[in-house]
Amino acid sequence: MGSWAFLGVCGAAAAGIFSAALLIGNDYAFFAGYVVLQFIVLAQAWNILGGYTGYVNFGSAAFFALGAYAAVFLHKLYPLPLPVLIAIGGLVSGLAGLGMGYLTLRLRGAFFAIATLAFAVVLQTFVVNWNYVGGARGAYVIRPDSVWLVGSYVHYLFLLMLILAAVAVAIARAIERSRLGYGFATIRDDELAAEASGVPTLRLKLVATTLSGALMGMAGAPFPYYIGYVQPAAAFGLDYAVNAIAMPMIGGAGTWYGPLIGAVLVASLQQWATVSISSELSLLVVGLLLVGFVIVAPAGIVGLVHRLVRVWASARGRSKSVEASAS
Amino acid sequence: MDLSSDLLINALVAGLLLGGFYAAVTLGVSISFGILDIVNIAHPAFIILGSYLAYLLNSWIGLDPILASVVMLPAFYLLGSLVYGLYHAAFERHGQESLRGLAFFFGLLFITEVMLILGFGVDYRYVTAPYIGPNLHLGVLDLPLRMLVPCLASLVLFIGLQVFLSATFTGRAIMAVAQDQLALRLVACSPTRIKRIAFAISIATTSIAGALLIIIQPVEPSIGRDYIGRVFAICVLGGLGSLPGMLIGAMLVGIVESLTSTFYGPSWAPAVAFGFLLITLALRPAGLLGR
Repeated sequence: MGSWAFLGVCGAAAAGIFSAALLIGNDYAFFAGYVVLQFIVLAQAWNILGGYTGYVNFGSAAFFALGAYAAVFLHKLYPLPLPVLIAIGGLVSGLAGLGMGYLTLRLRGAFFAIATLAFAVVLQTFVVNWNYVGGARGAYVIRPDSVWLVGSYVHYLFLLMLILAAVAVAIARAIERSRLGYGFATIRDDELAAEASGVPTLRLKLVATTLSGALMGMAGAPFPYYIGYVQPAAAFGLDYAVNAIAMPMIGGAGTWYGPLIGAVLVASLQQWATVSISSELSLLVVGLLLVGFVIVAPAGIVGLVHRLVRVWASARGRSKSVEASAS
Repeated sequence: MDLSSDLLINALVAGLLLGGFYAAVTLGVSISFGILDIVNIAHPAFIILGSYLAYLLNSWIGLDPILASVVMLPAFYLLGSLVYGLYHAAFERHGQESLRGLAFFFGLLFITEVMLILGFGVDYRYVTAPYIGPNLHLGVLDLPLRMLVPCLASLVLFIGLQVFLSATFTGRAIMAVAQDQLALRLVACSPTRIKRIAFAISIATTSIAGALLIIIQPVEPSIGRDYIGRVFAICVLGGLGSLPGMLIGAMLVGIVESLTSTFYGPSWAPAVAFGFLLITLALRPAGLLGR
């Protein structure tokens, strides 16, 4: 299937999900669904850099928060429609990704990972000191009650995030099957060999950091409208960074469906655990799952399934050959 | 004029004391990241764990925090040894340490933090000791003992480790493991065993660093994050694998942070380390005294 056709399939799936959510009719389904969708975007974004290219980004929260605070800033400056804010949030975070990649990607991969962590702390420092967007106190964003054509604002947010998630999945799949994706994979598997055979590694890495950052920023831009009150500690929370890594790793990094599976499973689990147990404990579960999967099943759920299928196929092949030799 | 020069001198000295403390925090990373090439980003989380254990021993039986951390040293050494065993078995042996190893340590960092939150809540905890509170007055200088004592303890730790690394067989084997593992095997020394010892030592330093941290300031589970950027910035600034370089880097970051918080406000100080990190990475990736 071509990438455009697949985008169409994603769009159809999104339409199906939206009408199903409308049928349920419960606003909580939209609230919880929004979070799951947001994590699909974050997981796909992380996967572009971490899964395809092999560079670990610990600062997902920073790119996410950058998008959110770009929206807060513009919200206070001049009222703009939310899709425009999402585009601007993506632009700002994409530029941040480009700058950070340019400064650190010429060195070993570990430096990039550490720089992303430090970047989150520094960006938080700036936001805490920036009174216009609320500083450490945080900022209230009052959302309109309803939106033209969609109705309830929560439905509108859900719809936007759904479209974003569909686009993110389609982009990830398109990358995987393009020259760009093969270039990313060569960097992940052996950067030196890739460089030696003429792959423009630095340029490709910059494309990956920019794209990944932009998607994270886009996921963050509607956040202030969703939550109504943004505070630096919430937007820069470590749980976003952990989830953005854990979901692709648990699902299966380096494939477009791995992060999708991981995000849907882990985010739903978290939504359920937050309501029924406690939010701290649900975070602990994510941390333990991450460490467990990294040690035991490095290719995630997708890898586990592949392994099972292979074992099953070889077992069936063997029994067939036994039957053949018996007869 | 007089007032501001007093202020400047005090800020400089405070920076030196702070830098001395940063050296203790960074020592472990200098060993694990600088020498062993293990990107242990969970290091600050272990430091906070050390702070909480010092707090527990201090509040239960009134043990001096530094003494408490020395008592806990074997436990931390064992913990480090276990973590390295797991890391080696799961990643290093297969040569897959980069991406998955990073995720592993990130998971550890997160788990430690959440466990501390579950166990102690997010309240700030502090310790009591006779040297917390009083100041030493030397002319225009005001030396808070709660900064001076950690700085001195940190220097003792630094000198001890430096002597260990340069004068004992095991220490020199640790330095050698970074350079030539084959040569190490030729003198009948297992690189894995040496790495395990070195990593365990790096985690053991977090016990002391944690106690020093909680002497300097009240601690809550998530403040470890502020130290991640700082610790790696100092380590890179000084030059990977060079302990004296690390000490100079720590002092530099301490002084600049202290000047920043004196003249611009403390809320800007965390940005300093990152600035240093970026400038170093862009201009001189080998660091000040890099190998």
